[in-house]
Amino acid sequence: MSRYLISGGRVVDPASGRDGHADVLIAEGVVAGVAERIDAPDAERIDASGAVVAPAFVDMHAHLREPGREDEETIASASAAAACGGYSAICAMPNTDPVADSASVVEKVWRAGRAVGLVEVVAAGALSRNLEGHKLADLGEMAMSPARVRLFTDDGNGVQNSLLARRAMEYLAGFDAIYAEHCEDAALAAGGQMHEGERASVLGLRGIPAEAEEIMAARDIALAKLTGCRLHLLHVSTAGTVELVRRAKAEGAAVTAEATPHHFTLTDAALDGYDPNAKVNPPLRTGADRAAIVAGLADGTIDAIATDHAPHAPEEKDQELTYAPPGIAGLETALGLTITELVAPGHLTLMQAVARLASTPASILGLDGHGGPLAPGAPANVVVFDPHGSVTVDPARWASTARNTPFAGRVLTGRVLHTFFGGSETARDGAPLGAAVDA
Amino acid sequence: MIKHLLSMDQLSAGDITHILDTAEQLQGVTDRPIKKLPTLRGRTVCNLFYEASTRTRISFELAAKRLSADVINFSADSKSSVAKGESFKDTAWTLEAMGVDAIVVRHGSSGAPQQLSQWATASVINAGDGAHEHPTQALLDLFSMRQRFKDLSDLKVAIVGDIVHSRVARSNIKALVTMGAAVTVCGPPTLIPPGVRSWGVEVSYDLDAILVDLDVCYVLRVQAERQSEQLLPSLREYAALWGLNSKRLAHLPEHALVMHPGPMNRGVEIAADVSESPRSIILDQVANGLAVRMSLLYLMLGRTDDAEVAAGVTGA
Amino acid sequence: MAPGAAGAPGTPVAAGAPGGDFTVKAQVMDPDEVRRALVRIAHEIVEANRGTGDLVVLGIRTRGAPLAERIAAAIASFEGDDLPSGAIDVALYRDDVALRGPRRLESTTVPVDLDGRVVVLVDDVLYTGRTIRAALDAVLDLGRPRAIRLAVLVDRGHRELPIRPDHVGKNLPTAAGEAVRVHVREIDGDDVVLIGEKK
Repeated sequence: MSRYLISGGRVVDPASGRDGHADVLIAEGVVAGVAERIDAPDAERIDASGAVVAPAFVDMHAHLREPGREDEETIASASAAAACGGYSAICAMPNTDPVADSASVVEKVWRAGRAVGLVEVVAAGALSRNLEGHKLADLGEMAMSPARVRLFTDDGNGVQNSLLARRAMEYLAGFDAIYAEHCEDAALAAGGQMHEGERASVLGLRGIPAEAEEIMAARDIALAKLTGCRLHLLHVSTAGTVELVRRAKAEGAAVTAEATPHHFTLTDAALDGYDPNAKVNPPLRTGADRAAIVAGLADGTIDAIATDHAPHAPEEKDQELTYAPPGIAGLETALGLTITELVAPGHLTLMQAVARLASTPASILGLDGHGGPLAPGAPANVVVFDPHGSVTVDPARWASTARNTPFAGRVLTGRVLHTFFGGSETARDGAPLGAAVDA
Repeated sequence: MIKHLLSMDQLSAGDITHILDTAEQLQGVTDRPIKKLPTLRGRTVCNLFYEASTRTRISFELAAKRLSADVINFSADSKSSVAKGESFKDTAWTLEAMGVDAIVVRHGSSGAPQQLSQWATASVINAGDGAHEHPTQALLDLFSMRQRFKDLSDLKVAIVGDIVHSRVARSNIKALVTMGAAVTVCGPPTLIPPGVRSWGVEVSYDLDAILVDLDVCYVLRVQAERQSEQLLPSLREYAALWGLNSKRLAHLPEHALVMHPGPMNRGVEIAADVSESPRSIILDQVANGLAVRMSLLYLMLGRTDDAEVAAGVTGA
Repeated sequence: MAPGAAGAPGTPVAAGAPGGDFTVKAQVMDPDEVRRALVRIAHEIVEANRGTGDLVVLGIRTRGAPLAERIAAAIASFEGDDLPSGAIDVALYRDDVALRGPRRLESTTVPVDLDGRVVVLVDDVLYTGRTIRAALDAVLDLGRPRAIRLAVLVDRGHRELPIRPDHVGKNLPTAAGEAVRVHVREIDGDDVVLIGEKK
């Protein structure tokens, strides 16, 4: 196994609190040393001057489409995209075909991820059988399987039945697992194409009110308090939800939350040209909602930046807006958007950004060895990125199979230079490297 | 002139007046023994209709034929391209390959004409998209109003009914506000879109209160589905509170007109005797559609793209 | 710019007619010459037609229309009976719509049934003949006249179609690069014919 000396970079490691220039030596799959100056003539030297060296990122929320829609994305292509985006772990959402609602499916996803070996693929399990919201899925078996499922969600659908939500939380609390909700009241959101408001009125598109999300977020927080279960709110999109989470945390509830790069970057004005690539669920909201999400990320109300990577085939997005499926492929633009929209304008420090991208999601998911600390002996899951380097978003050059992004052509600040997973370099300057680690 | 007509937002008061003036001249042709003009010989207009609308399609078809353009009708029975197994973009490229000069598109999905205009080099004319806009309807409505009232800028117009789902309402509001008319939208609160006041209109939930001061009462179609969507208690209640019946007609000023974009639900939003009263110009609206669409085709297709370079070779 | 100020050579004129800016080189007809030419044409028309029977005078929009009215009025003054006159807009019949884009439409007013009539088309300048070709088509769509004649105030040559005027106010040899402008008082405030260059 190769040895790498990452020299001259600024180490930003929230788990240890380290922020300063240091050399990092990677050997035998682990961090072999972090010190002001390391001499390792036999190691491949990576000049990181001007760059940041940080724990590789952890995405709590990605749709890999395998099994079922391998034309849109595969575990292999999503892993490569994740590596290019600076990730060492991604959490695979269960809305596949078949649905990941049993131990056999989650185990298959997990093993496939290990076989690819570019990132750790963490399988999430469904809360309800076939995501239908009627009967509990095999929660315990999935939690106890080799895939060790930690996060359960019906993502794509909110759990409409409050009793099912309560029972799932009660049950999961016993496994110290996470109930993760796609907050959406289906009746209020029915037929909606975008955020309900002035823009939707003008465009003649049916709206999804902010309250469709907030009502379910409030219910789930109440149930989390009742049951003691850990609750994670997926892709928070409204100012009201941010405030609900803030209050719940102040009251000591075991609630965490994530936000996506598109929700902290765009507003519903992105739909003005009826671009199906800007159609996403939950929808892009108002400027005030966007500002509240940025503030929530800054003060820690929102714990994690998650991509909600949702790849779609071009022929699905080249449809009338109403018929195009929602979703944005985000693994390869997350760092650029985080730096450009949050760090460069001064909303977040680099340390906070790395915390939201890497260390906090790793600790929520209980992923040992990911998210730092970058300490001797820890698995070498490391990203090197240039926080000042610019990159033009060009989906044609992505490792992901998908091309669906509203950011094509945008120039972003923040460029991933090297990604290491378990001591192997998995991507260099936007291109994946084939080498797989031991499964 | 604009390349595509997608929304009334694109047209200034001057543009609208120019289109209506041109339509006025073209209407003269309708009375002549030979109704055909050679103006658009060699051009091809495609009517791409994803929603059945015989009236609008025939009006566009006749308008194009009167100007000697070739017309192809591409009616999709299914509501979207995806049901046919191809993307909407594929459809656009197919029409592109056939070399059509204009695509008149009617679609149930808001924004479909705008999407099409990004993929096709032909001129795209919105013939009604979802709950977004129906610009040619608004133009023929203005034309019909202008036949009775000299100055649109003095008019007081109420648009009554299902504003939130109405492309006719959106286009008419924009057009009337652009021309300086005072517009009030009126209907059940569930059918008034959020933020509608920012469009420069007044909002009223009480039709009887606003009737007495109107020049035009523009009545929209109300669909029965609105009951199952919990937007209306019943059509009966709708008719009682917002239907234009003969009692309400009597409260309209003497000179005021009744308009409706069709097709009508008689007995719901409009009583049969009101739609047939001398105050109603509903049939004028239909007739005027032809001249207005001829005007648009002439003004939009008059010049070919490559002609701009070639122009100026001959002196006057 | 005031149309009345357009006489001085070398003055650029924001022309009322389509075609853009125009620099005057010389005035080739003054108001009296225009008046005499129209009266002469009126006499010629009656003489060629052996009276006013079946005559209709139709001016081609824009500047042919007032000229047609004046010719009709002149005939009425010396023949004693009113002559039907009207105007046609030929924009929808032009062969250069694709090239130059749509023109603003003006009204077509034809006071009588044209079937069996002798139609005298009137225009200000005869040049390539393409406007007259369009006018012939327009007239034939309106009815079936017994004959169509052509009267023009100025014939500047350079025909592109086999069209010949029956009555001409003034033959004006020009170069292809030159332009001829006719001002009529009903539209431009004065009656002059100018020759110049297009910018």
